[in-house]
Amino acid sequence: MREYLLGNAAIARGLLEAGVGLAAGYPGTPSSEIIESLVDMKGNMPMHIEWSVNEKAALEVAAGACWAGTRSVATMKHVGLNVAADPFMTLAYLGVGAGLLIISADDPYCHSSQNEQDSRRYAQFAGIPCLDPKNGQEAKEMAAFAFDLSERFDIPVMLRPTTRVSHSRSDVEVLPVPAGEAARQPHVHAGASRFDKDPARRVALPVNARPLHTKLLAKQREIDEALQDAPWNRLRLAGGCCGVIASGLSSLYAEEAIEELGVDLSLLTVGCLPLPSKMVEALLRHVSEVIVIEELEPVVQEQVERIAARVNPAVKILGKGGFIPREGELDGLLVRNAIARMIGMEERAAAACMPPGVLPPRPPALCPGCSHRAAYYAMRKAFGKNAVFPSDIGCYTMAVNMGTVDSCLCMGASITLASGIRFGGEEEPICCSLGDSTFLHGGMTGLLNAAYNRARITVTILDNSTTAMTGHQPHPGTGFTATGEPTVRVSLEELSKALGAGLVETVDPYDIEATVEGFRRAKEFPGLSVVIARQPCVITARKSGKRRRPFRVSAGCKGCGMCVEFGCPAIEFEKERATINELCTGCGVCAQICPSSAIEEVAK
Amino acid sequence: MRTSECDLVIAGVGGQGVLMISDVIGRAAVLAGKPVCGAETHGMAQRGGSVINHTRIGCRYSPLVAAGSADLLVALEPVEGLRFSHFLSREGVALVNTRPVLPVTVTLGQAAYPPLEKLIELLGQRCSNVIAMDASLLAEKAGTSQAMNMVMLGTLSRYIPLPEELILQALYNVLPPRFLYANERAFALGKAEVE
Repeated sequence: MREYLLGNAAIARGLLEAGVGLAAGYPGTPSSEIIESLVDMKGNMPMHIEWSVNEKAALEVAAGACWAGTRSVATMKHVGLNVAADPFMTLAYLGVGAGLLIISADDPYCHSSQNEQDSRRYAQFAGIPCLDPKNGQEAKEMAAFAFDLSERFDIPVMLRPTTRVSHSRSDVEVLPVPAGEAARQPHVHAGASRFDKDPARRVALPVNARPLHTKLLAKQREIDEALQDAPWNRLRLAGGCCGVIASGLSSLYAEEAIEELGVDLSLLTVGCLPLPSKMVEALLRHVSEVIVIEELEPVVQEQVERIAARVNPAVKILGKGGFIPREGELDGLLVRNAIARMIGMEERAAAACMPPGVLPPRPPALCPGCSHRAAYYAMRKAFGKNAVFPSDIGCYTMAVNMGTVDSCLCMGASITLASGIRFGGEEEPICCSLGDSTFLHGGMTGLLNAAYNRARITVTILDNSTTAMTGHQPHPGTGFTATGEPTVRVSLEELSKALGAGLVETVDPYDIEATVEGFRRAKEFPGLSVVIARQPCVITARKSGKRRRPFRVSAGCKGCGMCVEFGCPAIEFEKERATINELCTGCGVCAQICPSSAIEEVAK
Repeated sequence: MRTSECDLVIAGVGGQGVLMISDVIGRAAVLAGKPVCGAETHGMAQRGGSVINHTRIGCRYSPLVAAGSADLLVALEPVEGLRFSHFLSREGVALVNTRPVLPVTVTLGQAAYPPLEKLIELLGQRCSNVIAMDASLLAEKAGTSQAMNMVMLGTLSRYIPLPEELILQALYNVLPPRFLYANERAFALGKAEVE
C-alpha cells in the first residue's frame, strides 16, 4: 500500500517496521517529527519513546538500550550531534548490542538553524557508516537496513536526512507494522533483553580503548566491502566520455537533469558512505570527465579524487570549486546547468526574483500576544539600552530587532557568554535570556558555572512552558512525557536556587509594571540573579481552550505610535492613528504601554 | 523533455493552510496511482512569515520545482504570490486570493504594501493567465473564513490532472467531519469561479 508521507514519518515507519524498541531524541528542525510520528504510529508496540533533556542524554539512553539488547535510535538535528559528540565518538569503539541508529538531520541553507554543518563529516570522523537518503521511500528502507548493518558489524550507524528529505512528502510504500511483544523479539541481537557484562567492550579504559580502536579501524574494510552492493548504489554506464556521480537528494536532481537534457550520460548514484569503490572505479575507468554532485562538503568528491589517483589519474573531476557550491542548497536548475556546462550545452537562465523594494518583506516574527515580546520590552526598560543582552536559541531569537538579543551561539550559551563578557571586563549591566526548554537542555551547567565562579549577571528564563519553536514538544518543566504520560514537573525556581542563584524572581510578563520591577530588583542584586518570566505560549494556550477578550483602540488615541513600536502584528497604524486587528489575543500589554490610556478591552 | 506531469507552487502566510492544499493533492495523486512529491516550510520560517510549498504531480524526481517551470502558482495572499512568481513558467497560470495579510514590516511602517492592481499587473507579466478572486470573501460566504484554502483548492481542481472525486475523497480523509460541510461549500464556490 502507498501512503503520502512526510519524510520524517516515513523514517518512523521504517523504524517501526524494523522492530525498534527505543527511541530518544531532542526536538530540532528538521528532525522533530520522527519522534512525534513514532508516538502517533506505535499503536500497541511495546516501545519506549522519550524526549530526552538533550541530544547527549538521548544518545546515551539509546546506547544503553541497545546494550540491553533492544534496537534503538537517537534522533537530533545536525547541531544536536555536537552536543552528543562525546558519546558519539567513543561509541564507535565500544560498539552496540542490538542495532543502534543515530539520525542526524542536516539543514543546508540554514532554513531553521545556526549553521549548515555536514553530518557526514562526523560519521567519517567517528569511522561509522552513513546512509544518505534521497527521499522518504529510501529513508524508510535505510532505517531498517541500518539496524542490520549495525548488528552485523557491531557499530553504530548514522542516517542523515536533509531538510528536503525530512520535510518533503511523497508516495511511500508501507508494510504492515509488526504488532505486539512478539514483534520485537526476533530482532534482539543477543537473545533476551538484558545487559551482558563485558568490560572489555563496555569500559573505555585506555587498556580497552587501544585494542578497540584497532578493531574499529580493521572493520572499515569489511564495512566497505558490505556496502559495495547496497541497494541504493546504482551505476549506469553510457556511451560518451562524461559521467555524473551524485549522492542522496542530489541524485534526484541529477537524474531529472539528465532526463530533461535528453542526453545519455554515465551515472552513479550513491546512498551511503563509505562509497561503493568498485562502482566508482568502473565509472572512472569509463569516462574522461566526471562531475560530482552533493550538497555542502565535498565528502564524496574527496573519495572520488582519491580513487581516481589510483585508477585513472587523467580523469577530470568537476564539482566543488566552480560547478557546485559548497554552501546552501542545490536545486534542479542549478544541477541541470552544471551538467549542461560540463557537456557544452546551453544553460537555462533562472526566472528573476522580484527586485528588492517592490514587495514588503515578511520575516518570521513573534506571534501576536507572545509573552517573549512583553518580557523583552520590560527587560529593556529596566536594564536600559547600554546593558548587554546575550540571548539564545528559540522563538525569542526572532526578537532581534527589540535590542535585547545581542548574541545567539548555541543551546544554553547565553549564560556562559554573559559570564565571559563580565569576566572579560564589561562593566555595564548584563542580562541574558533563554527559553525554558533551552535552559533545561544546555543552560543548567552554565548557571551552575556562573554561580560557582561568582558572575554578576542576570539570567532570564523565558518560560512559556513548552518547546515552542520546534512544534511544542513537552520537557521536564511541563510534567508530561513524549507520550503524554504525567511525570515529575521540575520547578525552575527550585532548580535555579539549587544551582546557586542568589536571587530568583518570578514575574508574569503580561503585567508590565511588575515585570519591570522584577527586572530592576535583579539588576540591583549584587550577585547572580535569575528572573523567570512565566506565561504559556499563546499557541498552546489557544489550543488548550484559553480565550481572552481582545483589545481595541478608543477615540483617545493621540497617534504617538508607542504601541506600534512594541511590534505586535495585531497593532496597525493608519492615518495617524493606531488600530488593533483581528489577530489580537487579548494579552493587554499594549493597553499598559499606551500613555493616553486609549487601548481598552472589548466589552462583552 | 518534461520530467513532471504538473508542477505547482503554493504560496501564502503561515497559518493560512498552504500545507493542507498540498496534503490533499498529494493524497489524491496517491489515490490516482500517480507518483507525487512535495516540499514544505517548517520551523522557524513558519512563524507568521512567508510560506512556500512545492507539489509535483506525476513526478519521480526531487520535490523542488525549478524556477521558471511551475505550471500553476496558487497564492493565498497577493504579495506572497508575486514574491514566488519566479517559479512560474511563461505558460503558467496564477490563481490569486486578492485579500491582503499585512506583514509586520507594513504595520510597523517600515515598508509599503503595493496596490493590488500593481501586484496583479506584475504577476500578469510573468505568466499566461491570472485568475484573481476574493477567496476569503467566498470562504466567509461558505461559513468560515478558515476555509479560504479550500476555495483556492476548488479553483485549482480545474487545472490539475486529478479527477475531482479523488480530490474530494482525499479531503474527506484529512478533515474532521465537523468541518466538512463548510469546506465542501468553499470548494464548490472556488470551483464555480472558473466555470
